[in-house]
Amino acid sequence: MIILDNIQVVFGKGTPLQKQALNGVSLTIEQGSFVTVIGSNGAGKSTLLGVLAGDVLPSGGRVTIGNTEVTRKGTAARAGLVARVFQDPLAGSCGALSIEENLALAARRGESRGLTPALGSRRRAHFRERIAELNLGLEDRMRDRMDLLSGGQRQAVSLVMATLAGSKVLLLDEHTAALDPGMAEFIMNLTQKIVAERKLTTLMVTHSMRQALDFGHRTIMLHGGEIVLDVAGDSRKTLEVEDLIAMFRRIRGQTLDDDALLIG
Amino acid sequence: MSQIAFWGAVELGLVYAFVAVGVFLAFRVLDFPDLTVDGSFPLGAAVTAVLIIAGVNPWLAAAVAMAAGAAAGIATAILNVRFKILNLLASILTMIALFSVNLRVMGKPNVALINADTMLSPFYGLGLRDFYVRPLFVGVLVLVAVVLVWRFLESDAGLAMRATGANARMARAQGVDTSRQIYLGMAISNALVALAGALFAQTNGFADVTSGVGTIVVGLAAVIIGETLLGARGTLIALVGCVLGSILYRIAIQVALSTDTLGLQASDLNFVTAVLVTVALVLPRLRRGGAA
Repeated sequence: MIILDNIQVVFGKGTPLQKQALNGVSLTIEQGSFVTVIGSNGAGKSTLLGVLAGDVLPSGGRVTIGNTEVTRKGTAARAGLVARVFQDPLAGSCGALSIEENLALAARRGESRGLTPALGSRRRAHFRERIAELNLGLEDRMRDRMDLLSGGQRQAVSLVMATLAGSKVLLLDEHTAALDPGMAEFIMNLTQKIVAERKLTTLMVTHSMRQALDFGHRTIMLHGGEIVLDVAGDSRKTLEVEDLIAMFRRIRGQTLDDDALLIG
Repeated sequence: MSQIAFWGAVELGLVYAFVAVGVFLAFRVLDFPDLTVDGSFPLGAAVTAVLIIAGVNPWLAAAVAMAAGAAAGIATAILNVRFKILNLLASILTMIALFSVNLRVMGKPNVALINADTMLSPFYGLGLRDFYVRPLFVGVLVLVAVVLVWRFLESDAGLAMRATGANARMARAQGVDTSRQIYLGMAISNALVALAGALFAQTNGFADVTSGVGTIVVGLAAVIIGETLLGARGTLIALVGCVLGSILYRIAIQVALSTDTLGLQASDLNFVTAVLVTVALVLPRLRRGGAA
């Protein structure tokens, strides 16, 4: 469960470059719901994700995740509630650490870290099992450094890392954007499987309208820091990419000049 | 080179192995270029010397020296984390301040420990020659320190510290309080360096306010020589590399200074060090260039 209440985010306040990144965004996402977020560059998608992850602290409004109010909590302090996969495969894992060390790090997310060996035999076996489920053959490379893996392999491991500590909210930040089409499809299917199996409340930011409609239960569109479209249920099932564009034009009353929005 | 000179070099190498491990924690694990060590090494020596002369148990004196070193590391961390001063500059500020602190602690530039009881006193006269006793004693302490630091780096807590240095953003997303890791890492690093200073004072019989000059370069030299020889293969190998690098560095210096044909004298030490570190830095690069 995620509740955003009247979120305000202003960047560069008081300077000529002042920008209202989010303007009174309110959004309630039920437990186990999978929401996709679209919007052009600068629409506020990444800011929205940052507000949930704790990278961006809003100047107004309230953020509630699960039953905890986290509005003023930083990234590390709320990491136990939120798991995240980044767009850049290099950002979400530690290249200098081995696969199993990355998993050990993620497994203690939101918990205290003591002097217990990070990789006891039980944990090792558990991690190996979880990685074997990917069917990428990585279970035999558990001691390899993470930066020896391809971008797609790293994103796959990142998804496993996101589910190790049992947080109920998953944030996906265009996590297939840096991958080739085949690998992107693999990662999306994996995402869907993991989200369904673990009943995760999921927010996925994407540049692809196709992806936004094909996955999840609900789609919202941001523009200028506001939610301009929010569709779910039957009306969403019949929706096509062209309809989305038409709706977007109608709502904003302007022509669409951003090519990025059309790709998809 | 005489046997005494050789074992003297090994002994000094083992004392500076603590510096190497400390520098490894700051530079390699935390990715924090820390020059505080130039101040925390003589700080450790000064605190130990003054306490021993005041009649304090030498083991306790070394422990207090470590605490003082930890405080110095935390001071640098506060300047960097809390006040956002560039890490390198923050450590230079602490280093400069420590020069005055060390003079205050000792009350004069040099304190001698002649005839005072040290950690080594009980081990002299047990049948082994003195120039064997010292490296053996320090070597055992190095072994203990390496095992402890290794177990720490392989623990949940140590993994959080390694992640902080390797990818701070990812570490925070995994719930690691990266600021706290920097405080902790800098404290451990400088405590080890101060322990080196304490052992230096006790094995050599004096503490000198200028003994810290170039500590960072010596530490880095050891780390780099170790990496060049053993490669990057896990934390234990890296730590063993630090110790080995430190000993080899001292032997290399000893050889360079005692080879008459080179015509070097003790005051050329810093130049020789700079050349050695440069060679150690350039060698792997040349090797890679040749392979590519």
